[in-house]
Formats: sequence, structure tokens, C-alpha cells
Amino acid sequence: MTRGGGGTELSDSTLDHLRRVMDFPDLSGTRYELRHELDRGGMGVVYAARDRELERDVALKVLATAVADAEAAERLRREAQIIAGLEHPGIVPVHDVGALPDGRVFYAMKLVGGQRLDVFVRAGPPLAEQLRVFLRVCEPVAFAHAHGVIHRDLKPENVMVGPFGEVLVMDWGVAKRLTETKAGDERLASTPERTASAAPTSTGPVSHGTAHGTILGTPAWMAPEQARGEVDRLDARADVYALGAILYFLLTGRAPRGEDVAEAATTRVPRPLEAICAKALAADPGGRYANAAELAGDVALFLEGAAVSAFPEGPWRKALRFASRHRAPLMLVAAYIIMRVFMLLFFRV
Amino acid sequence: MGCEVAPSSWIRTGGLRGVGESTPLAFPPTHRSVVLAVRSADPEDRARALDTLVRAYWRPVFRYLRAKWRADEARAEDLAQGFFAAALEKGWLGRFEPEKGRFRTFLLSCLDAYAANEVRAARRLKRGGGTTTVPLEVEDEDGNPRELPLADPADLEAGFQREWARSLFSLAVDALRERCRGTSKEVAFALFERYDLEGAMAPERPSYGTLAAEHAIPLTQVTNHLHWARKEFRATVLDTLREITASEAEFRAEARSLLGVEPE
Repeated sequence: MTRGGGGTELSDSTLDHLRRVMDFPDLSGTRYELRHELDRGGMGVVYAARDRELERDVALKVLATAVADAEAAERLRREAQIIAGLEHPGIVPVHDVGALPDGRVFYAMKLVGGQRLDVFVRAGPPLAEQLRVFLRVCEPVAFAHAHGVIHRDLKPENVMVGPFGEVLVMDWGVAKRLTETKAGDERLASTPERTASAAPTSTGPVSHGTAHGTILGTPAWMAPEQARGEVDRLDARADVYALGAILYFLLTGRAPRGEDVAEAATTRVPRPLEAICAKALAADPGGRYANAAELAGDVALFLEGAAVSAFPEGPWRKALRFASRHRAPLMLVAAYIIMRVFMLLFFRV
Repeated sequence: MGCEVAPSSWIRTGGLRGVGESTPLAFPPTHRSVVLAVRSADPEDRARALDTLVRAYWRPVFRYLRAKWRADEARAEDLAQGFFAAALEKGWLGRFEPEKGRFRTFLLSCLDAYAANEVRAARRLKRGGGTTTVPLEVEDEDGNPRELPLADPADLEAGFQREWARSLFSLAVDALRERCRGTSKEVAFALFERYDLEGAMAPERPSYGTLAAEHAIPLTQVTNHLHWARKEFRATVLDTLREITASEAEFRAEARSLLGVEPE
């Protein structure tokens, strides 16, 4: 009998590095060449890779080894299929889906540059610019809603803002087709994907069973019915809530925590915008916009200076908004009237 | 699941200490579990299986004794060796029932029982005026006994897991080194050692370009060699793991929890 442990002493940093190396996907036999790790989530790891055949850089989302089982593989394939079915400039196109030699499922998608929305707003862009970005976040979500798909994990970290202002909604890992059965959804939801991820935090995605169903998403940005695990009740309005939470974040710099926008914001927020946000964040789904398109419509009206559906106006406010919206012609008219009065008084013309 | 052990005599066998410390594991052609082989009727088979387990578990056991039983280095080494010798002599590890849990958990319960008995025996000797005293305290720089705070059980378990991973990886590195020695793959191991082993500790990891220049090979070969070495390393770790677990289910569970890897 010998004393064990091997002759090579490995430091903690070497041990951690080797663990990571063991997790690297084996791309032999595929058209891809591994570059480096980009991001790591509960379900998968995203790597930068080179597509040798098409000579372009791509991003590969590979099922994390710690959760790689048949159900997780099915979930990743399903994610790829959902994204592939949603051809929209605001949704990252999927190029390919397959399995590595070790059996792990992966899909290849466009390598996206830019920065996450939460990073983008740190630079303090003007409100109008932030709202225009928000509209571009709503567009692909509205497109998905029109195709019967809900995202279920919308948050600033899942939105990329490109260098030319392009906006992409990422991570459709817990997206759901509204035609899917509850049983199928729960079967997928109960996979170790999310339970194997980091312990539930205010920002990290979670999944755990409840009396009604399984919670998928990120608590801080999640609609109340989603947080309660009411899988049957989830529809486009759950995404509307999350979009409202993103709007709240843009206006206040943080996720909603029960305070009104006016209480949480450090600068004055226009009341119509406040009302839009409050409507999107209504606790009762019935009080929210029906879908992302309706929400986007109201925000667009606000940007144009028009009346928004979430904020009923009295005559005085209507007049003020009218004056504000048509300031130039009104000033011309006012100038004309003043000139006429002046001429009448002094020249009797 | 527990393990009751009787106080054993302090077994010192010459074969326990220092023999073949850096000899890599010789992997059997099939993934036969050595955890089950310790029950073999053939004493040679049994000894060989225990030998493999000792190689994988010696260091985690040693560190665990240091942390939980607050043994100084020499005492922890003696206890670790005594434990494995007693396990061989009395066939404790053969009592493991795979369906009841993980081998690692069973081994720890055996180790705790053994260490507790050894501590009691040492105290009896001390009270009875015996000539042997066994310090379990850690001594400070001046040689004075020093009380260490009791470690959290969860920390101990996590520490044991980490040491086990370190031990497995270390064995796999040795095995890979042996496999590459004298073959065309020597350069692959040299690159792996330089980039993945030494590089992880260095303030700055050498670039692939630097490695290519050092070995006078094209950059693409550096990538290929490193890819091969990492793949082999991964396979070797999993081979070792499969060998020292009792069932496929345990192997998969351990691969996941300990290494974060779902084996193919």
C-alpha cells in the first residue's frame, strides 16, 4: 500500500483553472474553434468561437456540464428552436444547433457586441434616448407576443445595446410558447437547470416548485403571478410587467421595490410617464397593458408629446400639453396677434 | 450509515510511508470499481483496491484530520496511515453499501470513528502513565499547545471535497505525465504544464505565441497540443473517479457535485 495524493502539488488557483478547463467544450469534429468564455449562467456557458467554414466569429451556448442531462438538453434545443422561429432584428439569430462529442447540446448564434442595458444607462444618456432604447426593447418582445411566445426573464442584464444603437433582447432560455401545455412546461421547468444555478438572489434566475407550479425567471423583475408560480395564468402581461420594471429601472436606476416612480426617482419624472410605468407594473394583470406593443405605443405617444392611454387628462393639462406640443406655431400666432394689436394701437391700421 | 471500529493498535508498516509517492495510478482496462473490490476474497485484489483508494484519499483524509481533529502534521500523518492500515486489516471499507449513500460519506464516518477511538486510547495511556503521549493540539512557533477554533461541519465537508478534487486532479496530472513520457506527446504535456498548471499560479499566463516560440512550433500546434492534453486530462480524471466510486449513479453524482462535470 502506498501513500496517496499524487506527486504533483496543485494550488487552489491551479485547481480552479483545471476545473474550468475540464468544462471547456470539446469542439473536435465540429466546424467551430473555441476562443474564450464570454458568460456563464445557470443553464449554459456562452463561448466566443470561430466558424471555420463561414470564417466568422460566433457565440456558442453550450449546456453547462453540471446540469447536462436529457431534460436540460431538451430545454436548450427548445430555446434554440424558439429563437430560430423569431426572426427579428432585435433577437439574436441562431445559426446552428447540435451536440458536442461529449453529448452536450449547443447552439451557435451571432456574436453580439455592445454593452448590457444596465451598463449602458450608467453613462447617463438623456431620458429621451433611454426611452428610444426602451422602445427598441419592446419591439422584439411585441414581435414574440404576436407569435405566441413570452420571454419570462426580461431584465436589463438580458438586453444588449450595440455600438450603433441596435438593441437585442437576449437569453430566451425560459421563454414559453403560449400554446404549450402546463405539463410540458413544468416538466421542463423542473429540470436541474435553474435549481442547479446559484442560490436564488434578487438578480439571479431561479426555479423552484410552489403549490401551483414552478417559478422561472428573476425575482426582482418578475410579475407577481409569475413569482407565485401560477404557470397557467402567465401570458404576455407577465412580460409587460417585466418591461415596466425595466422602464422603472431607467427612470429610477433600480428595480421596483414597492415604491412609486416619483418616490424612487432622484429627478422629476413626467407624470404621464409615471402613469405608464405604474400601469405596466400593476399587480393585477388585468390592470396592465395587454402586450408589449400596447406599452410601446403609449411610450411612443409620450415621446411625441401626445396623450397617453395610461394618464387621463383634464382640460387644463390638455391645453398645456397642446401648447407644449405646438409651441412654434402658437408662438407665431401669438407674435402675429401682438403685432396686429401694436399696429392697431399706434397706426390705426 | 455509520462505521463502528474498535481501537486498533498503532500499526506501522514500512509499506505505508513514502513508497511510490508519485507513482501514477495504473488504470485497469475496464472501469471496475475498487470500492467494491475491497470486499474481494482475494487478499491481493483487496490490497490493490485499498492501495488505489489510499492514493485518492490519503491527502483529503490527512487534511481532514488536521482540520477536524486538530492534529499536528506528524500526528495527522500517523493517524491517516493508521486508519488505512486498520481499514485493510479489519476490512472496514468492505462494509460499504452503495445503495445507502456515497463512499466518501461512509469513509468519513469510518475515519471519525477511528480518530475518536485513537483519541480515547491516547487519553487512557496518558492517564495510566503510559510512555506514549499523542498531542492533538497544534503547537505554536514556541512549541506551546494552541487551541484551534472548532471548524464548522459544513466547512469540513467542503474542505474534504476540495482536497479530494485536488487529489484526483493531482493523480490525473501524474498519470498524464507518465503517459506522455518518451512519446511524441511529451511536448503536449510540457505545454499543458506550462500553461494550465504553472500558468494558473503565475502573475501572467504565457501567451500561446510565447509557448510556440519556446517550443519552436507553429501557433496552431500549441492549440492542438493543449486541446489534446486537456481532453486527455479530463478523461483521466473521470477514469479515476469512476474507479473510486461504487456505482454509475454515485460516479455521476460525484462528477457533478465535486467536479461540476456531467461525464459522457
